[in-house]
Amino acid sequence: MAQAAAVAKPPAPPRRRRASATPRRLPYLLIAPAALLMLGFIAYPVISVFYYSLQNYNPTKPWRNGYAGFDNFVHAFTEDPVFWDTLTFSAKWVFVEVGLQLMFGLALALIVNQTFVGRSLGRALVFSPWAVSGVLTSAIWVLLYNSQTGITRYLADVGIGSYGTSWLSDTSTVFSAAIVADLWRGVPFFAILILADLQSVSKDLYEAAEVDGASKIKQFWHITLPHLKDAIILSTLLRAVWEFNNVDLLYTLTGGGPAGETTTLPLYIANTSVDAHNFGYASALTTVAFVILLFCSMVYLRLSKFGGGDK
Amino acid sequence: MITKEATAVAPAVQRTVPEPPRPTGKRRAWDEAPRWQIYLPLSIYLVFTLIPFYWILLFALRPAGSTSLVPWPVTFDHFEKVWTDRSFGVYFENSLYVGVATLVMTTLVALAGGYALARFDFKVKQGFMLALLCSQFVPGALLLVPLFEIFAELQMINSLVSVIIAETVFQLPLSIILISNFIKNVPYSLEEAAWVDGCNRFTAFRIVVLPLLRPGLIAVGSFAFVHSWNHFLFALMFLNNQDKQTIPVGLNTLMSADSVDLGALAAGGIIAAVPVVLVFAFIQKWLITGFSAGAVKG
Repeated sequence: MAQAAAVAKPPAPPRRRRASATPRRLPYLLIAPAALLMLGFIAYPVISVFYYSLQNYNPTKPWRNGYAGFDNFVHAFTEDPVFWDTLTFSAKWVFVEVGLQLMFGLALALIVNQTFVGRSLGRALVFSPWAVSGVLTSAIWVLLYNSQTGITRYLADVGIGSYGTSWLSDTSTVFSAAIVADLWRGVPFFAILILADLQSVSKDLYEAAEVDGASKIKQFWHITLPHLKDAIILSTLLRAVWEFNNVDLLYTLTGGGPAGETTTLPLYIANTSVDAHNFGYASALTTVAFVILLFCSMVYLRLSKFGGGDK
Repeated sequence: MITKEATAVAPAVQRTVPEPPRPTGKRRAWDEAPRWQIYLPLSIYLVFTLIPFYWILLFALRPAGSTSLVPWPVTFDHFEKVWTDRSFGVYFENSLYVGVATLVMTTLVALAGGYALARFDFKVKQGFMLALLCSQFVPGALLLVPLFEIFAELQMINSLVSVIIAETVFQLPLSIILISNFIKNVPYSLEEAAWVDGCNRFTAFRIVVLPLLRPGLIAVGSFAFVHSWNHFLFALMFLNNQDKQTIPVGLNTLMSADSVDLGALAAGGIIAAVPVVLVFAFIQKWLITGFSAGAVKG
């Protein structure tokens, strides 16, 4: 859902109104509920995460609580191999997921943007996993990947693979298995957003290109892609942030296993705070995650020259 | 969102396209890919999309222990079991309550905020916009502990209110941005005309602007509903009593049992899917137009 903002534009220049038309306090009253909610339940928790990151804070070991300086950060970077493993896995997960989702989503959007018989039914069907939650996606794929009654059993029936194969508990297959499950749900996101943006490409452009003898592929490169550029940049960015942060699917599908093979950094953080009650360390890891996200986003926006050709 | 290339090429169009329209068949040629280029990839993708849905239906409808690939004879035992024995009936009610409350709260708060951003120029406006954008980067999952402490302080742990507030808050930034874009697309002069006719600001908004915002409100509201219906971590963390749990937590409980009852899990999954599928079927038409009108044109 984050992608919706993907295509949101900066606000239009504010309109100047005469004072009589604009009661001075009205705008403040109107944003007050949203501002208060966000201050209390986003800003304050964020600040307390920063605060706890400098503390030893573990409710089960109160005798050790207190100011820790940068100990938590030093520990993460120098003494905690799990931190590096989960960070590497997060990067791999985000990169592969977003890349594949964009590729398939773009292809799908271009296909269902054509005129053909059964288009609206086709659209509804290919978009349908969009609404399915991470937990439900897990439930579905747990059934599909089940070693006894899952898809491998029927594949073995026709001679492909062997009985009793469990893709989720084998370290060599679990990554692809999880990637496919998340793709199933993630591709429609991109497809919907790109399709929405395709609606606003002027058809005249294609007609003109056709008249000038441009091939379909040339039309795609010179008309469609430039038009979609900003939407693609923003949606991939927000999707990447979302894929990085979201833990629903992996938490329920693999639980980060087998043997920590599919633990992302946020999943590790959740385990550290919820199961191990090590809030101070979890907060430090959260802070690191924030900084990484922010840094990568800035670099990405800068490198992709976001908003470049758009006035 | 017309790019520079687009505007640069546009004048050329007028010159090159001959005045009298070409025969229809020819004129639409740019639009027509060979049929197989559409149907073949689409069918392959549809198989990938639909097999998982079929799989869960199969497990939900065939008797336990059956390995048939067709759910026949159909049984509803799994649904009965999961609805009563595994308390999905209660979960369903809780999820519905959370979903509807989140929808109403998000829409109302976002309407107010979005209207302020679209129609007024005020001191903290830029700061507020920046806060909305930045909050996109704040993952709810990483704020679980401080949020838990806040709700514990407010004595809201084990109350559905905590989940409703948390879901609303994380839904707000995007909703406000979307709604303010929708409102900007409604000419201010329409409202001003209504003032001249004697309406006050609120009445003018209600009778002139609100009806035009329908696609936007449907998009924002259904997002809020679907998102809170699907979301899992807040309910898992803030609700301890079994009779307060929501559907995703129930599904997770079924999945993490030592020996997973696959039939019950499948039936529970179908129960979880029904409301969102209905919402999706209802909004699908507005979803595309909602995005292109509200977000793209900005």
